[in-house]
Amino acid sequence: MALTREQMAQRVARELKDGYYVNLGIGIPTLVANYVPDDIDVMLQSENGLLGMGEFPTQATIDADMINAGKQTVTARRGASIFNSADSFAMIRGGHVDLTVLGAFEVDVQGNIASWMVPGKLVKGMGGAMDLVAGAENIIVTMTHASKDGESKLLPVCSLPLTGAGCIRKVLTDLAYLEIQDGAFILRETAPGVSVEEIVAKTAGKLIVPDDVVEMTF
Amino acid sequence: MSGLDKRVYTYEEALEGLTDNMTVLSGGFGLCGIPENLINEIKRRGVTGLTVVSNNCGVDGFGLGVLLEDRQIRKMVASYVGENAEFERQLLSGELEVVLTPQGTLAEKMRAGGAGIPAFYTATGYGTPVAEGKEVRDFNGRHYILEEAITGDFAIVKGWKADHYGNVVYRNTAQNFNPLVATAGKITVVEVEEIVEPGVLLPSEIHTPGIYVNRVIQGTFEKRIEKRTTRD
Repeated sequence: MALTREQMAQRVARELKDGYYVNLGIGIPTLVANYVPDDIDVMLQSENGLLGMGEFPTQATIDADMINAGKQTVTARRGASIFNSADSFAMIRGGHVDLTVLGAFEVDVQGNIASWMVPGKLVKGMGGAMDLVAGAENIIVTMTHASKDGESKLLPVCSLPLTGAGCIRKVLTDLAYLEIQDGAFILRETAPGVSVEEIVAKTAGKLIVPDDVVEMTF
Repeated sequence: MSGLDKRVYTYEEALEGLTDNMTVLSGGFGLCGIPENLINEIKRRGVTGLTVVSNNCGVDGFGLGVLLEDRQIRKMVASYVGENAEFERQLLSGELEVVLTPQGTLAEKMRAGGAGIPAFYTATGYGTPVAEGKEVRDFNGRHYILEEAITGDFAIVKGWKADHYGNVVYRNTAQNFNPLVATAGKITVVEVEEIVEPGVLLPSEIHTPGIYVNRVIQGTFEKRIEKRTTRD
């Protein structure tokens, strides 16, 4: 079975380490916040200028001046700090964020990522995505393995305009967890009940299947 | 009182000198921390041909979105512009020119503009459409593109509290681009919720020192919420 959105978030959360500063993109990455293990402490960065994003407010404590990068009303947790947009991106571009999780349309074997623009469709903008992928050492891309029409999103070369070049090393799809090394995807884990054959069939870019591929458990 | 008293008492005074074809920098992220009354004053003045630099362009009927209604904006420099049907229409019809700029690059362009740095190299956007036509240089084995600073004829800023010297503090994430915008305007106008007596704001808590600020006005704010999310 392909992973649900919640399972994808759960799997990403296993990459969190105590003391990490983490930037979570919009969509599935946001859900990762729900699965932070109880025994570790991580600080969530929101690129509009908040380090230490807390839970959503109550109706009584809602504050128009306290939002996250998705423009949702949030709270600041204990130990949080607030700063301007240039400082926020200094943290991001300067490599101070330990883990970045974001969605994508496509990734390829060179670690290129396309996530913001489909020619011919309305382009809304890249927001902070280009800065995030350019600045982070440790990025996990979350996306479905193939489009609704069955077209692979793990490609030899991205077909869409790029968000960043050569910056992606880890991809979690609904079918598998893969790493990108030396011009190939390397299959590390399969979703429960998903066959290696299915992953091979749905991966257009060069795929290496080592002997020690493990099946994820939840 | 003195040349250091930046207070003005009407919005008309606040934007005195704003004319057609000028560049206006605006603070705010989404609808959070936007100078909503100064934007409404730009609408009232009816100036056109504006270049507006702001992370976003408001929504239909609120924030910078109101300047689209009478086609006052000719060119928009922003990182994300998704929330606005009229924006979309003008973009697709070619009435509006849009320069999409990565959010961190946009912030740094204004920081640099205010700090007298004409351009800077960044890895952001290398290998993407953003890099087209820009100089590329290698530092320590990595590719960087040259991005130019931004300054404006006017900077419009939303603060929380200010004193009459123009020292400003911002509240929570309504800070965002505001302190950067404030440094990069030839004329910087700050509207705040409260003008306090000098000395109330401690020197060490000032976000924007008054040297950057030309005019301060106290206003009242709707503070519309774009995505109201709660846990109850």
